[in-house]
Amino acid sequence: MDAAVRELSYAQAIQEAMAIAMDMDERVFLMGEDIGVYGGAFQVTGDLVERYGTDRVIDTPISELGGAGVAVGAAVTGMRPIFEFQFSDFATLGMEQIVNQAAKMRFMLGGEVSVPVVMRFPAGSGTGAAAQHSQSLEAWLGHVPGLKVIQPATPHDAKGMLLAAVADPDPVMIFEHKLLYKMKGHVPEGHYTVPIGKAEIRREGRDLTIVATSIMVQKALDAAAVLEGEGIDIEVVDLRTIRPLDRQAVIDSVKKTSRLLCVYEAVKTLGIGAEVSALVAESEAFDYLDAPIVRLGGAETPIPYNPDLEKATVPQVPDIIAAARDLVKGVR
Amino acid sequence: MPTEVILPKVDMDMATGQISRWFAEEGAHVKKGDVLFEIETDKAAMEIDAPASGTLRNVTGKERVDIPVGEPVAWIYADDEVYAPISPLVGEMPAKPTEGGAVPPTSHSVAPPSALPGISPTRGEISQSPTVGRATPLARRLAREAGLSIADVKGSGPRGRVVRADVEAAVAAKGAGTAPQPAAEIPVEAPSASAPAPKPMSDDQVLKLFAEGSYELVPHDNMRKTIARRLVEAKSTIPHFYLTLDCELDALLALRTQLNAAAPVRKTDKGEAPAYKLSVNDMVIKAMAMALMAVPDANASWTDSAMVKHKHADVGVAVSIPGGLITPIIRHADEKTLSVISNEMKDLASRARSRKLKPEEYQGGTTAVSNLGMFGIKDFAAVINPPHATILAVGAGEERAVVKKGEIKIATVMSVTLSTDHRAVDGALGAELLGAFKRLIENPMGMLL
Repeated sequence: MDAAVRELSYAQAIQEAMAIAMDMDERVFLMGEDIGVYGGAFQVTGDLVERYGTDRVIDTPISELGGAGVAVGAAVTGMRPIFEFQFSDFATLGMEQIVNQAAKMRFMLGGEVSVPVVMRFPAGSGTGAAAQHSQSLEAWLGHVPGLKVIQPATPHDAKGMLLAAVADPDPVMIFEHKLLYKMKGHVPEGHYTVPIGKAEIRREGRDLTIVATSIMVQKALDAAAVLEGEGIDIEVVDLRTIRPLDRQAVIDSVKKTSRLLCVYEAVKTLGIGAEVSALVAESEAFDYLDAPIVRLGGAETPIPYNPDLEKATVPQVPDIIAAARDLVKGVR
Repeated sequence: MPTEVILPKVDMDMATGQISRWFAEEGAHVKKGDVLFEIETDKAAMEIDAPASGTLRNVTGKERVDIPVGEPVAWIYADDEVYAPISPLVGEMPAKPTEGGAVPPTSHSVAPPSALPGISPTRGEISQSPTVGRATPLARRLAREAGLSIADVKGSGPRGRVVRADVEAAVAAKGAGTAPQPAAEIPVEAPSASAPAPKPMSDDQVLKLFAEGSYELVPHDNMRKTIARRLVEAKSTIPHFYLTLDCELDALLALRTQLNAAAPVRKTDKGEAPAYKLSVNDMVIKAMAMALMAVPDANASWTDSAMVKHKHADVGVAVSIPGGLITPIIRHADEKTLSVISNEMKDLASRARSRKLKPEEYQGGTTAVSNLGMFGIKDFAAVINPPHATILAVGAGEERAVVKKGEIKIATVMSVTLSTDHRAVDGALGAELLGAFKRLIENPMGMLL
């Protein structure tokens, strides 16, 4: 098959990235609950245990704090662990290791150690997994200096950013939306990296900037395609990394379009959209705003189990269309 | 902070609305959910509930004037909030609001609610109106760069907000300010094909033709404005053409009598009444819907990029109401029985007259029927109501002499004229549709299937 058009799913892209990382560097190994024989709760690790053995694809006991602690310790002592939290919601159990240990050690030890750990967090709603398995908690970790927090939105970026994360000397937290795992897209073969801390303009436009993260990038693009038919020209900025934030990409886009809509799945209040809104309001882009900044985020509620309610809890394409149209047509 | 009561957007392409009636007055205590006012949109009246409980203050939304959507029309102060009367005291307002949480209960030191969002009192932009001073940062910057005072720019955005386009227009107008104004003379004949489209006479030009005091001016209400706007739009953008033919009604009238006689009797609050009473128009609606299903290419709407081919016939029916007309829609009329259409039509028409139709009950549709037969009109041509591609104008059923096989006979005949949008429905297709309609009218048993 032509390498230029090879398509993989998002989950396959991550698996391939992990395999390449293990091939390239024997210090790289995987840890997580049920990632071995079972292949991972979302089959991301798949058959890697057969290919790399149980020494490099390690099933951990059901203790996120223990697993995260082992991963952080291994990273400090020279290894390159990739630790999977089965659901990002279980980050709660590993918070001590992530926030107080991994994020702080370089600073507290005068730069003499680094913590090159990668942690993967299957996140988001839409799978009927209810309140304790559907959250989008990236902003929690995005609030902690010392961590890098990324949300790849395409299979291409999932692979490239994971390989960048493995090579990064600091702890990198990857939030992978569970509904994206089946998304297919072009993924080049072999090793490549996508830089952490760089946003990507997914679609250029004149009338409105939509800053979106993770699964909302595709939804924003779908909305933009519909609105194109109404003569509304939307620019979609895929943030990709929420710490460190690519402020300039957002500022430049808003200076061009004069309108900003932030779309993210996490609960609206105190989410990434609040940060993006504020950074624009604080920047030179303020004097370019021709409409109020609008955020579309998740409802202020735990994710419900009922599928209709679950869907209604997070922004969907029609919500984005309506908000974008109102902004451009001057209704808000 | 008090709760803002705005003029809501209750209709799809509504830009302004009128408050027809307040149900609560300044100073009244209202409960969340109480009806505050009735709003007259382009085509319907709707009741608006209080968004919060408290005391109604600063009622600035006057009855019977156009108010832009989103404009605040009043404020509701919660019981523990201090009320600050608006405008008259604004000039006396200290530059700096009182520090600390406790606000003394004198209105003089309290900023009016409208001054809170985004308006800096020190910039001197507060005026009597609670909405002046809203401008986007971009508009402010552009005005600053162009040497314009933002206060001199009229805002077209939500709640009177000045947006980029307003400043750009003001800058352009300033630049063109010295250019000669177009002469207000009687228009001369266009010298060339490239001349601009003729403009209608201005209000002054019209009034000048009548002696002062010889007339009374009645300002347009929203319905009149909407009718005017939509008709000009339809007549100037849709290439209309017209097809007329005569339908004999005798079989239809006989069937109607028979069906009405067979209507079961139902008990209602007002005593016993037949379950339905079909009118000729109900049968015209049904026939038009079935004809469209038989000639589906004519059941279409024009858009620049594609032909919209409808899967159902939704028939709008022009209903004359005081002050204008409205076209409620019988959805899926092709699938409904005559009695269902008849009863639905009675309900829609009666609610149309009291202006209680919901927007979804009169927006859209795939065709329309306009019947002036009850006024004795023999034949007329109707204006297409976009997004429809057709409209059927129905004249009176009257006894006429018709020639059949060389003999003169008497028949009840109704003339109908189909207006079609030539972009969507060509002549032959329109003729096919009208033929299908005529067949159903003259063989009305087909409508019972």
